Amino acid sequence: MKHLLSATDLDASTATLVLDTAAEMATLAGREVKKLPTLRGRTVVNLFYEDSTRTRISFEAAAKRLSADVINFSAKGSSVSKGESLKDTALTLQAMGADAVVIRHPASGAPHRLSTWVAGSVVNAGDGTHEHPTQALLDAYTMRSRLGRLAGLSVAIVGDVLHSRVARSNVHLLATLGAKVTLVGPPTLIPPDLRTEVSYDLDAVLPDADVVMMLRVQRERMAASYFPSAREYARRYGLDGPRMRRLPDHAIVMHPGPMNRGMEIAPEVADSARSTIVEQVANGVSVRMAVLYLLLGGKS
Amino acid sequence: MTQYLLKGAQLPSGERADILVKDGVIAEGSAKDAQIIDADGLVALPGLVDLHTHLREPGREDAETVETGSRAAALGGYTAVCAMANTSPVADTAGVVEQVYRLGREAGLVDVQPVGAVTVGLAGERLAELGAMATSAAQVRIFSDDGHCVADPRLMRRALEYVKAFDGVIAQHAEEPRLTEGAQMHEGEVATRLGLTGWPAVAEEAIIARDVLLAEHVGSRLHVCHVSTAGSVEVLRQAKARGVRVTAEVTPHHLLLTDERATSYDPVFKVNPPLRTQADVEALRQALREGVIDVVATDHAPHAVEDKECEWAYARPGMLGLETALSIAVDVLGPDWDLIAERMSRTPARIAGLDGHGHDIKTGAPANLTLVDPAARRVVDPSDSASRSRNTPYAGMTLPARVVATFLRGEATVLDGKAVR
Repeated sequence: MKHLLSATDLDASTATLVLDTAAEMATLAGREVKKLPTLRGRTVVNLFYEDSTRTRISFEAAAKRLSADVINFSAKGSSVSKGESLKDTALTLQAMGADAVVIRHPASGAPHRLSTWVAGSVVNAGDGTHEHPTQALLDAYTMRSRLGRLAGLSVAIVGDVLHSRVARSNVHLLATLGAKVTLVGPPTLIPPDLRTEVSYDLDAVLPDADVVMMLRVQRERMAASYFPSAREYARRYGLDGPRMRRLPDHAIVMHPGPMNRGMEIAPEVADSARSTIVEQVANGVSVRMAVLYLLLGGKS
Repeated sequence: MTQYLLKGAQLPSGERADILVKDGVIAEGSAKDAQIIDADGLVALPGLVDLHTHLREPGREDAETVETGSRAAALGGYTAVCAMANTSPVADTAGVVEQVYRLGREAGLVDVQPVGAVTVGLAGERLAELGAMATSAAQVRIFSDDGHCVADPRLMRRALEYVKAFDGVIAQHAEEPRLTEGAQMHEGEVATRLGLTGWPAVAEEAIIARDVLLAEHVGSRLHVCHVSTAGSVEVLRQAKARGVRVTAEVTPHHLLLTDERATSYDPVFKVNPPLRTQADVEALRQALREGVIDVVATDHAPHAVEDKECEWAYARPGMLGLETALSIAVDVLGPDWDLIAERMSRTPARIAGLDGHGHDIKTGAPANLTLVDPAARRVVDPSDSASRSRNTPYAGMTLPARVVATFLRGEATVLDGKAVR
């Protein structure tokens, strides 16, 4: 594997290898010295065209724990704000000897474009409304560690699937790993052609779900008439306490963050024992270590 | 003036003939002073006419000029092109259309017939001075806000009515703008997978349906630009059956390519309207054969490198087309030369009101014609293009047929497959 641009780049055995490697990386977290020498002398660039403290810090921590040199390149306050093109930025990073570029970009497909211009590996850290493959990997890792397996799990992904890169990557990866995905939300926000189960009725889906993944719903979608109001959205598709209690006892509740408490998820649910939201953040570092390790260090 | 004798050329009818080009017309009589061109095995077509070309001048001379676009057109077998109005400044006054017309005459490689904007600045708010453009030296007959839809139904109705005074036609870019806000590619399975905002087929079909009703209501001529969906074909089929005076064009790229091309995220495949599905491609081909779609028009849209070597969402839409259109028509329609002459020369000349073009090759007709080698195959290399831009979506593809020579009013613009200047 040269790049990680889409969850569809991962077949079942590769995805499982990433998750198994992440489990090994996780054991580091318990040690006093949380660092491996694996990527010493390698350079990882975090190229962020969108604000995302959470994802950038996660990648930065992952690279540093593998002893890589990390350069953070944020689109604000850089040559990018002076109008430099992605290609010119790519050639600059190339000249500086970047072994891997982790890119977050508001335009779908920007990581694909970047991968044609640089010699190093490209990791998609979220592109537009396309994909966010390391989020799907950390979600799969979290499900596997909580529930012991992925094959055969029923996963409900709830909310603004249309605009969600997290949902797209999860749909692909979970299908690869044998889970059954149901997309839930108002018809305006569920694209009809993702080749998976669709339901417009959250209450009907909950009793059979092993996992409920709540997506962030942006309030500005109201202005474009995707739904009438935050209140109506929360009433029909928000996960509150009574709805949570319709879930089987073992079921978990996930959210990629950042949450709109009171909109798609009630505080009571976000802070409950079913919630994996904080674990997801911790697992993110392990999974990103595994990805960087396999892309850069695994074979050399 | 050099005389040419094209010996043994095949005409669209299938007959073989020696064609004497003399004093700007197809002539009879002595050919003793003529330069002889061996046309054995070559097909002579009436010079092609493009209803839809972007020449970018004035304003974006870094992407194309009237001269470079004219050269690309001649190399593609064209003797006339209609230059779209979305220049900078917009061709919405007699002054700008006369400038483009004059630049075309100076280049002298094809007849450049300016298209006038329907509305001032293409803003869709009030009519441009259509009459002034019609009576200018450029004698504009086609009006279009191409790149933008005349979305306001009242304004569209008025435009259709107003141009009846000088037998004008409104060429509509059919795109309901509220349904395509932020749109990047055809709305469908591929767009969902790629996370690119969809451009739904219904945004085109809804405008065409409205416009054929408006044209019927006021008894005017309507031309529909770059039809791209199977649903649009059905709307047109029904309108034509009712006798509505509507004509329609399809681009070479919509006859050949599908939305799967976007999977590369290479914006060379970004175009408006977007590449559609294989089912749409099949419907468009069938409609072109049947005549529900009247014309192949290139929508030749040159763009500078920096406007294409970037993220998909930030790239400008559009593709080169002049130098490859005939090859794609042959690829799609087969070597049906009479049909190709009809769809790429006679009918577009008639729609544009270009009296000197689209004539069958016979004695006394203006010598606007092109010689095509039907047996040739060529691999498209963007760096070969005479256009100032390189955004061809066919790079690396092998296409049939090659233009050997083109004549504009008896003067060779292309000989031996090369532009004469």
